[in-house]
Amino acid sequence: MNLHLTDEQQMIQAMAREFAGQHIKPIAAEIDRDARFPHETVKRMGELGLLGIAVPEQWGGSGADTVCYVLALEEIARACASHAVVMSVNNSLYCEPVLKYGTDAQRRRFLTPVASGHALGCFALTEPEAGSDARNQHTLARRDGDDWVLTGRKLFISTGREASFALVFAQTDQAKAHRGITAFVVEKGTRGFSVSRTEDKLGIRASDTAELVFEECRVPDAHRLGPEGMGFKIALSTLDGGRVGIAAQAVGIAAGAYERAVAYARERKAFGVPIGEHQMVQWMLADMTTAIDGARLLTLRAATLKDAGRPFTREAAMAKLFAAEMAMKVTTDAVQVHGGYGFIKDYEVERYFRDAKITAIYEGTSQIQKLVIAREVLGA
Amino acid sequence: MKILVAIKQVPDTATAVKVGSDSKQIDTTGITWIVSPYDEFAVEEALRIKEKRGQGEVVAVTVGPDRAKEALRSTLAMGCDRAIHVNDAALTGADTLTTARALAAVVKQEAPQLVLTGRQAIDDDMGAVGAQLAEVLGWPCASWIMEETVDADAKTVRVGRQVEGGLEIFELPLPAVLSAQKGLNEPRYPTLKGIMGAKKKEIKDLKAADLGLGALTPELSITTLEALPARPPGRIIQGETKDAVKELVRALREDAKAI
Repeated sequence: MNLHLTDEQQMIQAMAREFAGQHIKPIAAEIDRDARFPHETVKRMGELGLLGIAVPEQWGGSGADTVCYVLALEEIARACASHAVVMSVNNSLYCEPVLKYGTDAQRRRFLTPVASGHALGCFALTEPEAGSDARNQHTLARRDGDDWVLTGRKLFISTGREASFALVFAQTDQAKAHRGITAFVVEKGTRGFSVSRTEDKLGIRASDTAELVFEECRVPDAHRLGPEGMGFKIALSTLDGGRVGIAAQAVGIAAGAYERAVAYARERKAFGVPIGEHQMVQWMLADMTTAIDGARLLTLRAATLKDAGRPFTREAAMAKLFAAEMAMKVTTDAVQVHGGYGFIKDYEVERYFRDAKITAIYEGTSQIQKLVIAREVLGA
Repeated sequence: MKILVAIKQVPDTATAVKVGSDSKQIDTTGITWIVSPYDEFAVEEALRIKEKRGQGEVVAVTVGPDRAKEALRSTLAMGCDRAIHVNDAALTGADTLTTARALAAVVKQEAPQLVLTGRQAIDDDMGAVGAQLAEVLGWPCASWIMEETVDADAKTVRVGRQVEGGLEIFELPLPAVLSAQKGLNEPRYPTLKGIMGAKKKEIKDLKAADLGLGALTPELSITTLEALPARPPGRIIQGETKDAVKELVRALREDAKAI
């Protein structure tokens, strides 16, 4: 087994680390407080090629791989989880399925501007009554000549307000249940497609989480991604890749909080010595760094399998489950190491603590990951 | 217009430098290596000149051991077209003049119209190679430049050097050597595409013999490296502000003799 990163992977990691430290870290507290979408830095991420990492250059991407993607995403998340979710959604949940299932004409029109960072994409699967039970789609797409007419609501859509392109899942044949779900690319500005509200959230506050409304929204059949009835398969396979990204995000959040805890343990004195000299704090830091490395290795394994074209559903679910739960524990302990200073905003660990929670919820809750893993184990 | 950029690989700015066991070199164990930051300004400026003119070639060159190739690859990822690696055991421990002579031999082979480099490498801070290179070549040299404009015909370059209270503006005939000061520009980050493409670009390896360099006897050699003595701990003056200020003034005057 080779645990050595290639020169390119190391350079991409270093570039992302430096960019995040110089440009994202300084604004992370402010954009969290104001729930402000960081257009200026997201634009620069696009220019650097961070928004279409694994997309071939031909389609506006960077032509790198999933390992590069998770390394860069961890570095961005280490500075700011909100930037990381924008990056993750754009790369994994939008670019990847459009690349994989789109025709060349669709790739040219719907992928190139998004992979190159000139526009953003989002993934609209969740509905008020279709969260973990994603099959229960109520959004309908009715065929009308060469068009489809969409009606329904999508909830909790990351980048929903800022995205120019939405990958929307809708029921095209209710009799076939989830085998009647079809995917469509809908452009912002299409008549009948609106953003009705943006959520006020506990964490990842600078990322916009929006409700999308479709009222007799007409899209040409050329916007259908993949065959009719393939939508649910597209959604599930997309989420496999997405989970590797969220695992990397969780690792980054935990690593950012951990680094702050280490710095604080060196400088804060109690009982006459830096608190890092107390065994109680040492144990916490040792547990934290061990857990972070464990999650990082699971994430890199899933990414490596994906790059090799091998099955990785189970490994992606394991990485996300472990990393998300680890991030909750590590950020909780990072606050604890800071004591009262961890509970106020000045030391920023409280933001990491709030940001960590979502990683155990979106793109499949920890409970759903266990379901996925158990099914793989039992072959059910 | 062809531009050559001379760079050096140095320990990361955050490195805690330790003197090696021979007291002549630093201990390089565990060091992260980077392109010297002033050289990055030089690379960035060369790329901007090329982009502004819409054509040209930017060639990065370094004199250094095997690991220095990583630094060259970083410049290729930033956008340099190709690189030259002068890598020869005979050049280990080369002084600034020997390095300048090796670079001058590369310049003669490549015949660029402009050579850019950093004002100094941040490891040994000698700040001599740029000027020595110009001297060996017999070219004009402007050091610590803050701005530059190459004329349309690439015959002359106007440069601004920061001096106390303002800028000194010079005009130099080309070819010339310029060394970059902080503030010349903000170096770009390599893009992912740049990083992925860097592997496909050429890094030419050269030995001293390829450059026709004869016996390399350094004019300058290190006798010994000494670590700085540990700094004594700071002193915090306790007590009422009124008394503490009195004590501070006394300490500054009598103990430190600073005022």
